[in-house]
Amino acid sequence: MPETWYDPSRCGAPLVVLLVFCFFVLLFINLARRGRKLFIRRIAGIAAMEEAVGRATELGRKVLYLPGGGTLDDIQTIASLAVLRHVAGLTARYTVDLDVPNKDPLTFAATRDTVHEAYLQAGRPELFHPEMVHYVTYDQFAFSASVTGLMVRDKPAAIFLIGAFHAESLLMAETGQSVGAIQIAGTAEVTQLPFFAVVCDFTLMGEELFAAGAYLSGEPAMVGSIKGQDFTKAGLILYIIVGILLEIFGIHWFRDFMTIQ
Amino acid sequence: MFWKLRLPLMLTFIVGLVPIVTFFLTERVWGVAFVRDRVEQYMVIITGFALLLGVVNVVQGNIRKIERRKPGWPFAVSLLLGLFVMGAFGILSAARVGPFQSILTAPDGSDTPFYWMTRHLFNPLQAAMFSLLAFYVASAAFRAFRVRNVEATILLTAAFIVMLGRTPLGEYVFSWLPNGETFLPWVTEWIMAVPNAAAQRGIIIGAALGAAALSLRVILGIERSYLGIREK
Repeated sequence: MPETWYDPSRCGAPLVVLLVFCFFVLLFINLARRGRKLFIRRIAGIAAMEEAVGRATELGRKVLYLPGGGTLDDIQTIASLAVLRHVAGLTARYTVDLDVPNKDPLTFAATRDTVHEAYLQAGRPELFHPEMVHYVTYDQFAFSASVTGLMVRDKPAAIFLIGAFHAESLLMAETGQSVGAIQIAGTAEVTQLPFFAVVCDFTLMGEELFAAGAYLSGEPAMVGSIKGQDFTKAGLILYIIVGILLEIFGIHWFRDFMTIQ
Repeated sequence: MFWKLRLPLMLTFIVGLVPIVTFFLTERVWGVAFVRDRVEQYMVIITGFALLLGVVNVVQGNIRKIERRKPGWPFAVSLLLGLFVMGAFGILSAARVGPFQSILTAPDGSDTPFYWMTRHLFNPLQAAMFSLLAFYVASAAFRAFRVRNVEATILLTAAFIVMLGRTPLGEYVFSWLPNGETFLPWVTEWIMAVPNAAAQRGIIIGAALGAAALSLRVILGIERSYLGIREK
């Protein structure tokens, strides 16, 4: 049984980083709410979403949205839902068919609600039908087989692969490419990013995926959190440079402080 | 509004704080171990119920497809057949009913029907799907390594060295030099451990901060898209 009520090895650097991070995020949320203008750079993949849905409208073909294989406790899936909401709003506005196959049952329940709500908010509830969001299977490769078959048969004009993807990423993205669809991908899985970068027209890499929801909403509080995150990143870069310099000069207390046992 | 918005936001706030707080506390604090374990168990239970919802959706969707004779409806028949047969064998084996006395092997050592279907139908189909990846990797690599600009040329050169350095041929190419057989594998390891790792870490740090910022937005109730609600 441990001696103390707190874990000393975790209450050093991790706690400091957590507090600094929360400070910056809350500070910028507060500043944004007070009306401070915050600049967020343009993200090409997000800007291209409307163009992709527009292309599907012109061609009269459907839009396919894949929320990844993660369940709802995966933060990438939560980020994907925010993007799905935007895409569903666009398909409702442009009157294009939307298809959302799901691998995870919890995600399926959430995507159905998200799409339904987006159609309601777009003022086109009559266009929503439950079959547009459907469950396929929990098995990774059975899901890939089903989705690639769907791509080949229906030839969607735009494919969104946003969320947590694993070995199935290339199977789906390459099939989408072969049917001539415009593809926008987004994931934080470092091992799958190269596949998406090669095969898809636009790729949201790591933090861009998590920023997408905030970027699309344009709400000051959301945008402020991205700015806070950027400042924490600048702080971490400073941490790394200081750490390297101290190590070069043989001073090790900083490294010891930053190490989690 | 309370049931649809306030209560889910309150629950998200409380459940979202659990992993953060328990990360810093030890099991000496009353309730830490209990709460940590319970959150994981509840996730499994909720997923189980949600899976039922998924199965119902699959059955409804495919029955509708068969009724309306939509294109590809025979596939829907085969899917439902597979779902019910496999599901029935699995449930009967778990309940040990009649000849279904086990999930994997029968008392006489032979495969149970459930395991037979897994081994001879399900696993080969999965393997076939996975093996397709090799062809897709080849076509994706062809597209990536086409020399179009400076970046693509650097990528091609690095990929060529890494692929060569990880084969016996890589050791052979410079073997005429003193210690030459270790040269290309050394360059390969350097590419992987220095420029490649640096780029990957940059993406990982950015993604981790992005994930933390999104988590904070969810815990504080600023991000609500997962509830299907955007109103403040």
